[in-house]
Amino acid sequence: MQLPDAPKKAVLTLEDGSRFEGYSFGYDQEPTAGEVVFNTAMTGYPESLTDPSYEGQILVTTYPILGNYGVPAEDVKGEAGMSDYFESSHIHCRAIVCQDYSFVPSHWQATRSLSDWLKQERIPGIYGIDTRALTKLLREKGSMLGKIEFEGGAEVDFYDPNRENLIAKVSTREVKEFGDGEKRVVLVDCGTKYNIIRCLTRRGVKVILVPWDFDFNTLEYDGLFISNGPGSPEFADVTVEHIRQAMENGKPICGICMGNQLLSRAAGATIYKLKYGHRSHNQPVRQAGTDRCFITSQNHGFAVDNDSIPDGWEALFVNMNDGTNEGIRHKEMPWFSAQFHPEASSGPKDTEFIFDDFIKLL
Amino acid sequence: MEDIKKVLLLGSGALKIGEAGEFDYSGSQALKALREEGIETVLINPNIATVQTSEGFADKIYFLPVTPYFVRKVIEKERPDGILLAFGGQTALNCGVKIYEDGTLQEYGVKVLGTPVQAIMDTEDRELFVKKLDEINVKTIKSEAVTSVEAALAAADQLGYPVIVRAAYALGGLGSGFCDDREQLIALVEKALSFSPQVLVEKSLRGWKEVEYEVVRDRFDNCITVCNMENFDPLGIHTGESIVVAPSQTLSNEDYHMLRKLAIKIIRHVGIVGECNVQYAYDPQSMDYRVIEVNARLSRSSALASKATGYPLAFVAAKLGLGYGLFDLKNSVTKSTSAFFEPALDYIVCKIPRWDLGKFHGVRREIGSSMKSVGEVMAIGRTFEEVIQKGLRMIGQGMHGFVENKNINIPDIDKALAEPTDRRIFVIAKALRKGYTVERIHELTKIDRWFLEKLANIIHTNRELETYEDIDTLPVELLRRAKQQGFSDFQVARALYGDRMHRESAALSDVVRSERKRHGIIPVVKQIDTLAAEYPAQTNYLYLTYNGSDNDVAYTGDHRSVVVLGSGAYRIGSSVEFDWCGVNALMTVAKQGYRPVMINYNPETVSTDYDMCERLYFDELTYERVMDILDLEVPHGVILSTGGQIPNNLAMRLDAAEVNILGTQAADIDNAEDRNKFSSLCDEIGVDQPRWRELTSLSAIDEFVAEVGFPVLVRPSYVLSGAAMNVCSNEDELERFLKLAANVSKQHPVVVSEFIQGAKEIEMDAVAQDGEIKLYAISEHIEFAGVHSGDATIQFPPQKLYVETMRRIKKISGKIAKALHISGPFNIQFLAKDNDIKVIECNLRASRSFPFVSKVSKQNFIDMATRVMLGIPVEKTAGRAFDLDYVGVKASQFSFSRLQGADPVLGVDMSSTGEVGCIGDDTSEAVLKAMLSVGYTIPRKDRSILISSGTLRQKVSLLNAARLLHRKGYTICATEGTHEFLSENGVPSVRVYMPSENGKPQAIAMLHSKEIDFVVNIPKNLTPKELSNGYKVRRAAVDLNIPLITNARLASAFIQAFCELSLDDVPIKSWNEY
Repeated sequence: MQLPDAPKKAVLTLEDGSRFEGYSFGYDQEPTAGEVVFNTAMTGYPESLTDPSYEGQILVTTYPILGNYGVPAEDVKGEAGMSDYFESSHIHCRAIVCQDYSFVPSHWQATRSLSDWLKQERIPGIYGIDTRALTKLLREKGSMLGKIEFEGGAEVDFYDPNRENLIAKVSTREVKEFGDGEKRVVLVDCGTKYNIIRCLTRRGVKVILVPWDFDFNTLEYDGLFISNGPGSPEFADVTVEHIRQAMENGKPICGICMGNQLLSRAAGATIYKLKYGHRSHNQPVRQAGTDRCFITSQNHGFAVDNDSIPDGWEALFVNMNDGTNEGIRHKEMPWFSAQFHPEASSGPKDTEFIFDDFIKLL
Repeated sequence: MEDIKKVLLLGSGALKIGEAGEFDYSGSQALKALREEGIETVLINPNIATVQTSEGFADKIYFLPVTPYFVRKVIEKERPDGILLAFGGQTALNCGVKIYEDGTLQEYGVKVLGTPVQAIMDTEDRELFVKKLDEINVKTIKSEAVTSVEAALAAADQLGYPVIVRAAYALGGLGSGFCDDREQLIALVEKALSFSPQVLVEKSLRGWKEVEYEVVRDRFDNCITVCNMENFDPLGIHTGESIVVAPSQTLSNEDYHMLRKLAIKIIRHVGIVGECNVQYAYDPQSMDYRVIEVNARLSRSSALASKATGYPLAFVAAKLGLGYGLFDLKNSVTKSTSAFFEPALDYIVCKIPRWDLGKFHGVRREIGSSMKSVGEVMAIGRTFEEVIQKGLRMIGQGMHGFVENKNINIPDIDKALAEPTDRRIFVIAKALRKGYTVERIHELTKIDRWFLEKLANIIHTNRELETYEDIDTLPVELLRRAKQQGFSDFQVARALYGDRMHRESAALSDVVRSERKRHGIIPVVKQIDTLAAEYPAQTNYLYLTYNGSDNDVAYTGDHRSVVVLGSGAYRIGSSVEFDWCGVNALMTVAKQGYRPVMINYNPETVSTDYDMCERLYFDELTYERVMDILDLEVPHGVILSTGGQIPNNLAMRLDAAEVNILGTQAADIDNAEDRNKFSSLCDEIGVDQPRWRELTSLSAIDEFVAEVGFPVLVRPSYVLSGAAMNVCSNEDELERFLKLAANVSKQHPVVVSEFIQGAKEIEMDAVAQDGEIKLYAISEHIEFAGVHSGDATIQFPPQKLYVETMRRIKKISGKIAKALHISGPFNIQFLAKDNDIKVIECNLRASRSFPFVSKVSKQNFIDMATRVMLGIPVEKTAGRAFDLDYVGVKASQFSFSRLQGADPVLGVDMSSTGEVGCIGDDTSEAVLKAMLSVGYTIPRKDRSILISSGTLRQKVSLLNAARLLHRKGYTICATEGTHEFLSENGVPSVRVYMPSENGKPQAIAMLHSKEIDFVVNIPKNLTPKELSNGYKVRRAAVDLNIPLITNARLASAFIQAFCELSLDDVPIKSWNEY
């Protein structure tokens, strides 16, 4: 028997007044609020939920059936304290919304259901929502604030995460080291996914993870890497300033997602908010001026304005659907970045070569 | 790209098991892609019923066999610049490889577009394939051949337990088995080595998941995976026999992307340009995998993937073959975003195979590693429960979904779960009802628990529904949940009302319907847009679901749409011909200024291509769903008569719901369909029928038989086993058939008809308007009546009919058209003996032969019928259709080689899976082309022809053919009676022996030693002895791939054709040259 006999009713309300009624399958003792975004990926909910870039957001999955393969064990391994299966230490999404939920999961790695995990982490989950209708609404009106309240439970106000410095909220508080290797890579933690660390250490370098506002120019390093992260890049002026200073030493710099936006800002380009962002596993990207195309995993609400890319720099990748910027590079210096996620997790692994390219420059 | 001006495309020929309508869809898409580029297209495909062989698809069409000989001839004549091999299934691919290897392509400078032939050969040849993937360390399924226990142990250690052991050179799996450890292996290998010198040790993948990826690559090395699919049935059941879902449901992100990455690695290494699919076996307990195979061509899976995602794989593959990059092409659904992307689905699809095993004598019902299904359906929804229930209804074998079906008798549930048959899904339902746990069913079936849990949800809801007495007490939330889990109104009604449904099923279902509508429980319409709503779609590829709150499309209610109902799953008796009819109806509807709307659910068709109409509802053809759609669409009207029997059967109920049925009205359709009503109508207008009666007791049957005499045709209304119809020639047979196969009672009457022997069977295909025939075609069967019209060889225009017969047929047809007020297409089947004409059947809809007569006469019968149904006056063109300087022959394709054990003898029940239609300057030429097209070959002179020719009448009818063979220098081998008969008539033959006789040479031995190249085996009668004797010979011929004919008239026609003409005499003419 799967369905609980009396599932608790829950309502998702958007800031435009739209209401979507469904049922709870997660934590239902407190209401929640955040920015409502949709992701069209068909797999990867444990990775997405723990991706710090989703901080403050209510995640709508367009794939209608959720929870099929449960949730793997935390399984924290090694001195680094990173789980093999998650992208950070806890869930960052405010809630998750789907059409149909699989109460009994089936997978050899699953140690519990998504429902159990959400309850442990005190994160609401609701099903029975027409997520396609909801997605179309978000597509037409743009990302909106939303809140989830439960039958007979407390009410809550809307909450706009973009008014907050989310990067500061999710970044590491202290400097940490990962891996072994002669080459030292400084990774600026704007809300990094574990897999960026894994992708770097797997290539035989030592990673020095530093807080977002840490002045890494005081450190000895061979390359600088700027991670992904949540919210608006406007809050990271300090980081941008540090990157500008770092450019003076001419060492390799690479950025992913937020890292792309911060590197672009350091170069002098401007950033704008997309109507509803790119959140999926199927974003087509073309390497500018070539016939090379890649399917990429993406999760961002802001983008670099292609027209604002300053002299000396050029677009490295372009989105093939809407022409938005997907990365920049300096014409002479070893500085480049990608708006998409070469570390994938979740999503396609086609662009992992970005890490190889970076390592080669060290 | 610039030097390609003319391209040859190879089709797949007749539909057969394993190669069906999907290649009409693939080929049509490829032709469209080429036309868009202004490239001249030449198509070789003898399948005349396909859409791709219609006007406007290819510039030149050759109804010729897809064999190296004919393809070379066409190349010689047409001199194409390029050739496409990947769009016509295995037939086209094999032919392509042969003409590459024999140098034809090089000789004529024909460039293979897309995937190079070397890559095809690397994937087709098992050894090359394994070697190729070894090069990049990709794991394949390997066998180690060993000759000792020690070597077997070493091999098993390397492969890892469990292993499967197979004794080489042993038939029927003797000595094979699974071994979980060393002890078991030692025991089994010792035994196996005792009767076989060699043993194969293979890693056992029993219970592994089967997962497939559709991969596309352009010449710039850009790759995408368009879709992945997961089989509900674990490894061991052919993917064509499996229930399949897309996207995969039980793979984690890591699983999904590990396999995706591997698929791309493989396509790059093999060097595909275009599309291929990669099939994996995947360990449910780790991330271990094996590649099962790679298909370097469009396949059944790719057609399914195209329909499942909205990504037109064949179209894109054709463009890539011309040299485009994926970045050059647009997404055909959004028209704005790139074709270089991977579709995101926001729904789940479920494919279910359609079997017709009940149609065959002697066939095994177990499903396994070889394909037996003849068609498939695809259901779209937003929960698994919803799609599996929809899909099981679509299959169209009287099932209402997963539950609330008629009881099936399963003596041993455990066994039926562990040894899958075509009905296993219903065994699971039964087991769950009986209290089997998901765990227990998983142990027995190895089906992933995820699927089983979802099925258990349906059972749970079903049980809950059953606790309520009627719709008034049923909680609305429960009703909603049931609908969200795919319950039909009928299923809900049956759960509530039980036995009352026997008498009032329509009325009680309607009660549920109106009550749920009152509560606002109505399905919503969703669009398939390839990007999960991220970008707006420009096409209307739609499905209905109860898992949603909003419609994606707006309804204007302007009454300007016309809904055409499709034909559902391909099955024996209804396949691509009705797709052609449906597509042509859509085209005419559009031409006449209406918005064409299609409802159909068969992924193998062109009618379910969202390009073919304004709105495509990929959904059920049940009364309930059709009404759901009509409620929203409020169309001008509905066309029922181009989709075969499924839509036709809805006529009365739709009419009762006041639906505007275009053309012939429901009451008239009923007058033709209802045997009693039709008979009294025939009596009224003075039209003769073979005598028949509906009888409810054995004594009544005897009485009737005494009146009409043997043989009789017996049609039970309730079938216990075996075929539904049978001809009984004597008391014995009749008794046996009625006792074994049918249950005669008041509830289950039997229809017994007089069976006229030696009669000609004649078909009338026509279009009438307001009861007046406007266009008609009369065609004649080559076989005498008794062979189902779907299996018969048919020629048009008729070559051997009396003028008087034709005149009478026309006159009778006119009377019937008038009496039934026909407006639209119809078909009447006649028996003619001397000039005595009897009507055997009348269908007020398009028939199987409509595309054939339309294309041979070059008059589109469906176009005219559709205009009639739209109320547009049409000119009378009758008569013109017979004034042809050529003749068309339609021949049937049988798939007996796929159906292990089935007796390849033809009877009153249809057993062919497909057909071809070829045009020739005379009957012999057309017969020869048609027979070669369905796989017959001209026998070699250095081999013999085996004849056992049945009754005296049949012997006589074969005598001339035997003389011809002898004159041509063939050696005839004949069994006892035939040998004597031929000797008496001065035709020498070698006496050979049947399996029941002692003596040498034995016929079967000669088949095995390839001394015989053609078998004519005509059963004398249907007695068990005769059938079993001949059966062994027939079956051996089929299993050894030796051409076999079991009908004397057809055998004569074929023999005459190849004796009169040699291959060189066959002119190579395209359709427009006739």
